[in-house]
Amino acid sequence: MSESKSAEVSELRTAYEKTVEKFLQKAPERKKAFRTGGGLPLKRVYTPEDLEGLDYGKDLGYPGLYPYTRGVQPTMYRGRFWTMRQYAGFATAEESNARYRYLLSQGTTGLSVAFDLPTQIGYDSDHAMAQGEVGKVGVAIDSLADMETLFAGIPLEKVSTSMTINAPASVLLGLYIAVGEKQGVSMEKLSGTIQNDILKEYIARGTYIFPPKPSMRLITDIFEFCSSHVPQWNTISISGYHIREAGSTAVQEVAFTLADGIAYVEAAVRKGQDPNVFGKRLSFFFNAHNDFLEEVSKFRAARRLWAKIMKERFGVTDKGAQMLRFHTQTAGSTLTAQQPENNIVRVAVQTMAAVLGGTQSLHTNSYDEALALPTEKSVGIALKTQQIVAYESGVTETVDPLAGSYVVESLTNEIARQASEYIEKIDGMGGMLSAIEKGYVQQQIQDAAYTTQKAIESNEQIVVGVNKFQVDEGHGDRALLRVDSSVGMNQVRKLQAMKSGRDNLKVQSCLEEIRSASRDEGTNLMPLIVDAVKAYVTEGEICGVLREEFGEYRENIVL
Amino acid sequence: MSERKVRVIVAKPGLDGHDRGAKVVARALRDAGMEVIYTGLRQTPEQIVQAAVQEDADAIGISILSGAHEYYFGRIIELLKERKASDILVFGGGVIPEDDVPKLQAMGAGAIFGPGTPRPSASTGSMPPSGRSGPGRTSERGGSH
Repeated sequence: MSESKSAEVSELRTAYEKTVEKFLQKAPERKKAFRTGGGLPLKRVYTPEDLEGLDYGKDLGYPGLYPYTRGVQPTMYRGRFWTMRQYAGFATAEESNARYRYLLSQGTTGLSVAFDLPTQIGYDSDHAMAQGEVGKVGVAIDSLADMETLFAGIPLEKVSTSMTINAPASVLLGLYIAVGEKQGVSMEKLSGTIQNDILKEYIARGTYIFPPKPSMRLITDIFEFCSSHVPQWNTISISGYHIREAGSTAVQEVAFTLADGIAYVEAAVRKGQDPNVFGKRLSFFFNAHNDFLEEVSKFRAARRLWAKIMKERFGVTDKGAQMLRFHTQTAGSTLTAQQPENNIVRVAVQTMAAVLGGTQSLHTNSYDEALALPTEKSVGIALKTQQIVAYESGVTETVDPLAGSYVVESLTNEIARQASEYIEKIDGMGGMLSAIEKGYVQQQIQDAAYTTQKAIESNEQIVVGVNKFQVDEGHGDRALLRVDSSVGMNQVRKLQAMKSGRDNLKVQSCLEEIRSASRDEGTNLMPLIVDAVKAYVTEGEICGVLREEFGEYRENIVL
Repeated sequence: MSERKVRVIVAKPGLDGHDRGAKVVARALRDAGMEVIYTGLRQTPEQIVQAAVQEDADAIGISILSGAHEYYFGRIIELLKERKASDILVFGGGVIPEDDVPKLQAMGAGAIFGPGTPRPSASTGSMPPSGRSGPGRTSERGGSH
């Protein structure tokens, strides 16, 4: 701003302040203090004065150029829309396959596989710990036989697939590679993502298996293997989503996610890998929560911060490795069981935030998810929500349309500043692993969650239909999706039939090779796991051997 | 001492890792003056019932968001019967469809709290002595594993 302009703004501000003072006497504001959903203070009005330190070139730049605040591609959605990717999976591979085909027929552009908890924790469906859980929150996958069914009739060279799998990520990636090979698609051509983010499992999501050290080894083995063999694969999806769902603020979501990212980059660099290479395949996963302006700012701040971290901290010069590419999911924790149809509107607002924040792919939640897994109908509405924003709202037609908004740029700066402070603090504690071991990260999140809960109960924070504008709903006759308990028994039968039909000597030798390789940190486990799954060694068998060798993580309970 | 603090086990049965709700409830019950023992994740029904009996708990609160509630409520209530400890109240919450609540209650479960339930008020923080004895506990402790 030129000096004369600046003086003019300052003069106008004085006039405005006088007006406000008078106005407030007649009409006080609704609240003493205004804050974002994440607790950042909000001023009454933002002006050019709030952006005085902003350096357009250094802090914003152009889309597709460092520091990527305005987006990772030069043309963003004018080129192509984000990938509309609905997380789905339940019961058996057959039923999930049918849901995927339905979603593809409805215009979804990428798949996202939800596995059941036994699969996520490395137990076969017949394990004692799997009782009651088989097929409940996702599809049960024990072996290549299930994986073949899951992707039957879905061409893997055309569809990209994201798999929410962490501790046993190498096994599921191996299975995907094996299915691809059966379809005649070589692994060089496969594209997709494994979540593979163990640190946030320790912090917020809970599907860990092994202790940190061997877990980090499995992850860096994947980085290395994919760098040379599966170059289009996103080797990790460093996730703030679950941290936010566990109750964190927006600032904490950015800070803890990027701090996790730093820990992975450091681990791979220590193994001698080049961050310019593996850095290109790191991807991120964020939450789109209710507070629209804060969320848009959050995505922009995260991109700017990560680019600076990669460039300044790790000396990365490759542009692809400086870019923070991310998937978004709308916030499950904002869905209400009361008046569930209202959730359609919440999801629409959150979708707008993700899109204006420049997401690369998006999952929109279904309105009935506070009650059960979504039905085909509710999933359809969720997907249509994305299509309406994409094709009808107009916000996609110019890149980063909220840039330059005084409030959005101010919040972007503030989120980046506060997140950097957290990252410095975590550095000071010896990095993310030790911050988690100390319980610091968990405590920060839980405190924020408890504060939110109290704010809702004191009606300081309004949730429509929950603590205000309630209606007497009576007993709803909603059609909810149910997973029958017979699913578990059938899956166990299938597993046992498969086991008696395979070459069990081959299975034993594969498992022994994995065991001995697990004892030698210099050996990459990935190729052995690929060989094993091709021989129909089950996920539970592979994870069982690794459990014996690596031990199991014990939760550090923080309350 | 005329009143003994209510002692509650807050448990996460099975493989579900969503513990925000369990922890918020544990903290709220503690703030309301109860003694709370939070088990941590991945507890088997056997471990939960063992903890409840050993700690002389008045109630077990279980949190399940994975859809496996029928199995876990059923199994925990059955084990309590076997241990002749059916006086321990079993309540819970999570992602549980309305239609399932009567089924769980028919098994012997107490209140089932869906999303949107307020934290308990402090006024319910104590109850008359139950006549059962148990070792003193601090209200803040982790799981037994």
